[in-house]
Order: sequence, then structure tokens, then C-alpha cells
Amino acid sequence: MSFPNDRKYMSSHEWAQVEGDLVVVGVSAYAQESLGDVIHIDLPSVGAQVQAGSAVAEIESVKAVSDIYTPVSGAVVAVNDGLEDSPELVNSDPHGAAWLFKVRAADLSELDGLLDADAYAAHVAAGGH
Amino acid sequence: MTLRRTPFFEHHKQAGARLIDFGGWELPVQYAGILAEHAAVRTAVGLFDVSHMGEVFVRGPKALAAVQHLVSNDVEIADGRAQYSPMCNEKGGIVDDLIVYRMAADELLICVNAANRAKDFAWMVANNPFPDDAVFVDEGDDWAQIALQGRGAPATLQALTAADLREIPYYGHARATVAGVDGCIIARTGYTGEDGFEVFLPKDGADQLWPAVLAAGAAHGIQPIGLGARDTLRLEARMCLYGNDIDDDTSPLEAQLGWAVKLNKADFIGKAALVAQRAAGVSRRLVGLHVAERIARHGNAVLVDGQAAGVVTSGTRSPSTGENIALAYAPASHAAPGSRLTVDVRGKLAEAVVVKGTFYKRDY
Repeated sequence: MSFPNDRKYMSSHEWAQVEGDLVVVGVSAYAQESLGDVIHIDLPSVGAQVQAGSAVAEIESVKAVSDIYTPVSGAVVAVNDGLEDSPELVNSDPHGAAWLFKVRAADLSELDGLLDADAYAAHVAAGGH
Repeated sequence: MTLRRTPFFEHHKQAGARLIDFGGWELPVQYAGILAEHAAVRTAVGLFDVSHMGEVFVRGPKALAAVQHLVSNDVEIADGRAQYSPMCNEKGGIVDDLIVYRMAADELLICVNAANRAKDFAWMVANNPFPDDAVFVDEGDDWAQIALQGRGAPATLQALTAADLREIPYYGHARATVAGVDGCIIARTGYTGEDGFEVFLPKDGADQLWPAVLAAGAAHGIQPIGLGARDTLRLEARMCLYGNDIDDDTSPLEAQLGWAVKLNKADFIGKAALVAQRAAGVSRRLVGLHVAERIARHGNAVLVDGQAAGVVTSGTRSPSTGENIALAYAPASHAAPGSRLTVDVRGKLAEAVVVKGTFYKRDY
């Protein structure tokens, strides 16, 4: 399993990629494998104000529901509507087409504490907890 | 803690299964994926490793009478037949739900849930009314067990045994040689809502049996099935999962298992409590729900008029029908089919309606 090094990762298995002053958030390949078949995703509303570290979305797999945390504070400016009809994209392309939402970050330094790809890979290798 | 492994463990690893800790056992939760595996069982045939289940043999001149004292169903059945039954405590709570296989009046096999093996065996021995004439032996470590479930199961298994499977009815069983493994017990039982079999085999035959079954089933679309699909399959078939839907504090009458409680048979543990419960009526019942919009999960509160009135015990989106299905304890006043309830799904309220019968019914 490989993790792109063009982004950072939360120990709770979300990834965060900076696009200008926006931060794109998704879940990692490790997360999708742990979740199993994804059947529904509850995304935040566009315009919602979110706080770093808070649960803002839910991913339903066949087995269970999991909270998705935002790594940054700010306003949600876009959500991936394509996931409504194709939640299985999370399983097939978690690092790409299955991005979840974009936040206009108030303070990009909130990402400083996140893991880089190597550190995240080590975290996963250690059990991911 | 070291996880226990079944005799099929290496086969799961080779198949690339994702393994999890399931009650202290290292077992596959999925191979190809839960939805694909679920579909394989519903449309073709699936092979499950259920070796973690426990096998308790009861032997002796009073074996049948001893089992009758322990379980609520009437196991005065013919040799070669099996019976599902709760085993209750004095309060009428469920110690375990199990299947009793009658070999003869003086030899019965009881298949118990993996997580309850030690508890059940201790309970059986402690409550054996005839210790001199009925001997309980925990043979769980000597046996492996597979389940072969789905419309392709009979043809798959028939290719591996000389026993005529048409002679084994639903909840019947027979000794047989399977794939060259002697001393197997073929039972027409299962936990999926499909036709199929559970095969008990001496564990030394495991390496021989697993690949033989996969080869025999190849023409019928066989796939190995993990615990994830086992759970969605049993929930669609509306079968209880011990520890989720039933436990020491729920009674079989509450759990809608009254059909497996025979209050007219001789005394059995829990009978007095269940007689009283039936006379007074139960205050809650385990009901099947269709839930709108959201997927209810174990532990979600069930609301009536905005007040907590029950709890969801199992829930998922049915892979077969696409509906959000659940089992939940509801007040007896709201347990009839058509009753409307609300489920608090993590702070979001979802409307639910009580439905009758299974969530899925096979069409063959």
C-alpha cells in the first residue's frame, strides 16, 4: 500500500492536500481497506464552518459507520457530489476521485502537526491505531 | 493475548483474506469484499470456515434427558434430526442459542457459539441432572467445521460424498465421508437463509477438505466467505446473533423465539420464569425494522413519542434489497407489523416501520 507524498495525513486516516488556500480532504487507502465496501457517505453542507479535529462527515460501510474528521478549520466550499451515486469510489480511488470536501482554511499552519507520507506509512505499519 | 487459529488458517492467508480478531479467534472478515461475497451466497454458493463454533457431545443412557433439562425446545426428535434451541438460565435469560443434533438417544451433539464455548460447557456440566448417566465432553478442539451455503451447495457437496444428500432434509444430518475425510457429520443447517449444509470434520482433514470443496464448487461459482458477509446474510434471514440481539438478560419470548420454547414439556431450566412471562406478557419484543434514509446500528436508541423506548441490536443496509434493515427491541405496544417507531441514528432521527418475517426469502 502506498501513500502519495503530495499531501499530509491524520492518524485517524484522513488525508489533506493543499490547493492554494483550500484544503482538500479525503480518506487513505488504508482507511478504505479497513472500512470494506462503502455504501453511503454523509458530507457536510457547503458553507458550513468546521473546526479542526471535529467530526464533519460519516462514511457508512456495510459493517459500520465511521466519523471523518477535518484537519483544518474554516468554511466548507465544496463537497464531492459524485459520491452520492458512487460511494464505491472511496474503495476504488481513495486518494483521487473520492476526495470528500474542500475547506477554505483560516490557518494553514493547522496542518503542520499532521503526518507526512513516510510517517503515516509507519503509523499504518504499526497497526494504525 | 494470542489469537486462536482454525485448521483452515493457512488457506485464508493464501487467499489474501483480511483477518480480524473475532472473540479471540483470528478469522477472515472478508476475501473479495463483503458485497461480492454476500451476492455469491445469494446467487451461487459460498464456503465458510466456522471452526470457531463449539462442539459439545453428550453421551450416556440419560443423554437425551439431560439435554431436555438444559434447553427450552423439545429435542425428542428422531435420530438423524436436529433442533434449534435457546438454553436458558433460571430467570429465562438466554445462556446461548444452539443446535442439538441427535445421533441416538444416548449420543447428542450440541453446536454452540464460539464466544460462549467455555461458559456453555461450564453451565452444562454444573446443571447436568444426571452426572452418572450423561457425560458432557467439549470436543471443540478436535473438530473443524465448514458451512456450504447457497443454491449451488447441494451439487457442490454431492460431488464429494457418496451419501445421498437428497436423503438429508432441512435440519437433518448424517455421518459421511467427504472428500476422502472419514467421520464427517453433514447437517442441512445454516445461518444464511439459503439451502445448504454445515459439515463437521475431524480437524486433521481440514487441509484435504478446503481445496476439494473449492474445486468441486468452481463450476457453481463458489467463493470463500468471511465474517462480514456472514453477518449481513444472517441479518437478512433474520437470525439472531448472540451477544448482539440476545444475551443472558433477554428471554426467548422477548426475542420472538417462542416457537423454540415448549412450555408443555417436562421441567427445564428457566421454565418457571418463562411460564410466568408468557402469562403476564412480555414488555418488549425483538422486531424487524425497515428504517428510512439512515442505516441504524447496534446501540442506537429506539424512540416512541420522542422518548427512549428500546434499542437497535443489529442493523445494516440489506445488500439483497437495498433497504436499511434492523433488529431492535421495541415496547410490546409497538411491536406489531406496521407499527411506527423512530430511531436515533447518531443524533439524526429516522422513521422506521415494524415489518413481519424475514428481510429476504429465497425463491427456490
